[in-house]
Amino acid sequence: MNAVATQASPATPTSSATDSLLEIRGLYKHFPLAEGFLEQLRFEKGRLVRRNDSVHAINGVDLAVRRGEALCVVGESGCGKSTVARLVMGLLSPSAGEIRYDGHRIDDLRGKRLLPYRQRMQMIFQNPYASLNPRMTIQQTLEEPLRFHHPEWTTPQIHDKVAEVMASVGIDPEWGKRFGHEFSGGQRQRIAIARALAVDPEFIVADEPISALDVSIQAQVLNLLMDAQAERHLTYLFITHDLAVVEHFGTRVAVMYLGTVCELADTRSLFARPRHPYTQALLSAIPRLEDNRPEHVRLSGEVPTPVHLPSGCVFHGRCPHVTERCRQEVPQLIATDDGNRVACHGVEEGRL
Amino acid sequence: MALLEVSNLDVRFALRQGEVRALRDVSFTLDRGERLGIVGESGAGKSVAAFTLLNLIAKPGYIAGGSIRFEGSDLARMSSRELRRVRGNRISMIFQDPMMTLNPVLSIGEQMVESLKAHRRISTQEARAIALHKLKQVYIPSPETRLDQYPHELSGGMRQRIIIAIALLLDPDIIVADEPTTALDVTIQAEIMTLLRELCEKHNVGLVLITHDLGVVSQMTQRTLVMYAGRVIEQGPTREIINDAQHPYTQGLLNALPQMTTPGSRLNQIPGSMPSLSNTPSGCAFHPRCQYRYDATGQPRRDCLDQVPEFVTSGNCQVACHMVRDMLAKEAS
Repeated sequence: MNAVATQASPATPTSSATDSLLEIRGLYKHFPLAEGFLEQLRFEKGRLVRRNDSVHAINGVDLAVRRGEALCVVGESGCGKSTVARLVMGLLSPSAGEIRYDGHRIDDLRGKRLLPYRQRMQMIFQNPYASLNPRMTIQQTLEEPLRFHHPEWTTPQIHDKVAEVMASVGIDPEWGKRFGHEFSGGQRQRIAIARALAVDPEFIVADEPISALDVSIQAQVLNLLMDAQAERHLTYLFITHDLAVVEHFGTRVAVMYLGTVCELADTRSLFARPRHPYTQALLSAIPRLEDNRPEHVRLSGEVPTPVHLPSGCVFHGRCPHVTERCRQEVPQLIATDDGNRVACHGVEEGRL
Repeated sequence: MALLEVSNLDVRFALRQGEVRALRDVSFTLDRGERLGIVGESGAGKSVAAFTLLNLIAKPGYIAGGSIRFEGSDLARMSSRELRRVRGNRISMIFQDPMMTLNPVLSIGEQMVESLKAHRRISTQEARAIALHKLKQVYIPSPETRLDQYPHELSGGMRQRIIIAIALLLDPDIIVADEPTTALDVTIQAEIMTLLRELCEKHNVGLVLITHDLGVVSQMTQRTLVMYAGRVIEQGPTREIINDAQHPYTQGLLNALPQMTTPGSRLNQIPGSMPSLSNTPSGCAFHPRCQYRYDATGQPRRDCLDQVPEFVTSGNCQVACHMVRDMLAKEAS
């Protein structure tokens, strides 16, 4: 695999490593479609051939999460945003590239050596109906990470900590005796957040934490996440498909399409002036309350399959401004005049 | 007379733990070619309302009272034979999940021909021609090949277009769409919604759109019905509800949207959550979450606790709230 070699490090973070808590460089992740040898064999034109296709989930992603910010990763289903979250947390291992946390490489660590980082970074999952163990009480759920990361703590110490973290997310300590299924979706997500906060992390990866919740509950949970950020000086990597949430919550936004970052900008300038044609289409597709805005940018076609990636720019098949160069040459993330980064030949040439 | 007239609909589910009242006293009308949105959070009863429109409520659920008059005849009291003539033919339905709606072992063409032949006496050849025409109407690329493809060969957006084509197959008077784009991505959602609106306008088809997304409602519909814990709490022209909601719950729902506050500041949240339908609060079901449940002296209002609020008219809207009633009375005097 020559993935790393072809990656000409165009987006090495310009700022020094000290202000970024997490750095992702040249990240690739491929999922083979057929693992076994026999599954790879196929008849083609009367001959037995061995083929091993894979899903190209992440294709060269460079990102840096700065200390204290909320970096939002947005994109449609299948763009690789959840895979980025899982790679960062070490739930998957990258095919190529590296992930550095606080200056130390963590993507090749396993077991005991990863443990100190596991305590500093925690994850909140999308579906609170699946992420809580149905056979554990809430008290047990919240105690487990503490007992795991602080084996030296006494039981009263652990109980105090659980009570404190329950209070901080607004759940009644009385609930500790109950099981996950006894709670509504919003309450379960609070418990999941409490579990993440229990070990006092500094970095939280939240993978669509509010998508499964109702509108009025979404606001409650989002407020809770913002309060926790202010009180505990947290840094977030926030994965979502909801741009309205991003506009509200994000410090910076990375827009992903088919496993690559197509635009990286601070939230205000991204919403004021989206540069990449895909970002423009995505922004115009949000259903807004006011009716007097221009008709949305209609994209033709749908996201291509990540098994056979398109040549050149991954977006060229749906882009209204496509040229011959876009079909052949992969655009790199380049800095624009306002300090943001866009991977688009049109922007680079000044025609967009 | 309205094309569809729902009055005092009462739907219950007889469960072992007791009776759950899913819809209470739900009334609304739909004119020919009108687009109506039904908004609410999960557990508000909006999907039950959609299913009841076609009398699709299965045991242990039943219609305990009220009527659904379509062109004067009551769907709630029809025999299954009579219902079959209405379902799919005069009123058709689009469900939430495009993967679950299509039959995985039949090709697209077979499914379309099947429903055409169930309602009309036509040859397979003629039915295929109509199916092809409908696929073209929903802008399916290369429709001839699609007819022989199976649902799993198509993407989510494509499948939902085919479902819209099937819904339009028999030129219905009303389409009931239950969260038709929840399972789809934003860019695809925008496309499907625009398509649905254009087709309804062009063929003068009435639309009942069930959704939790106020943004979608404001772009798709002319009138809106807001539901809470099985009851309609506010209804009126969509524009008026979006710009000047009267009911505290509707206001709360609108204010909770991130776009209603400046980025980075706290969102306006409604405390608590939707009550379970088996245990709805007394009086106004919203009162435990309502910020107006106290009177001027700081005491809880008795009427909010004890009485179910009646509808009062404010502008062109109907609102079920004691506080709004008092406010209107004060203005009048």
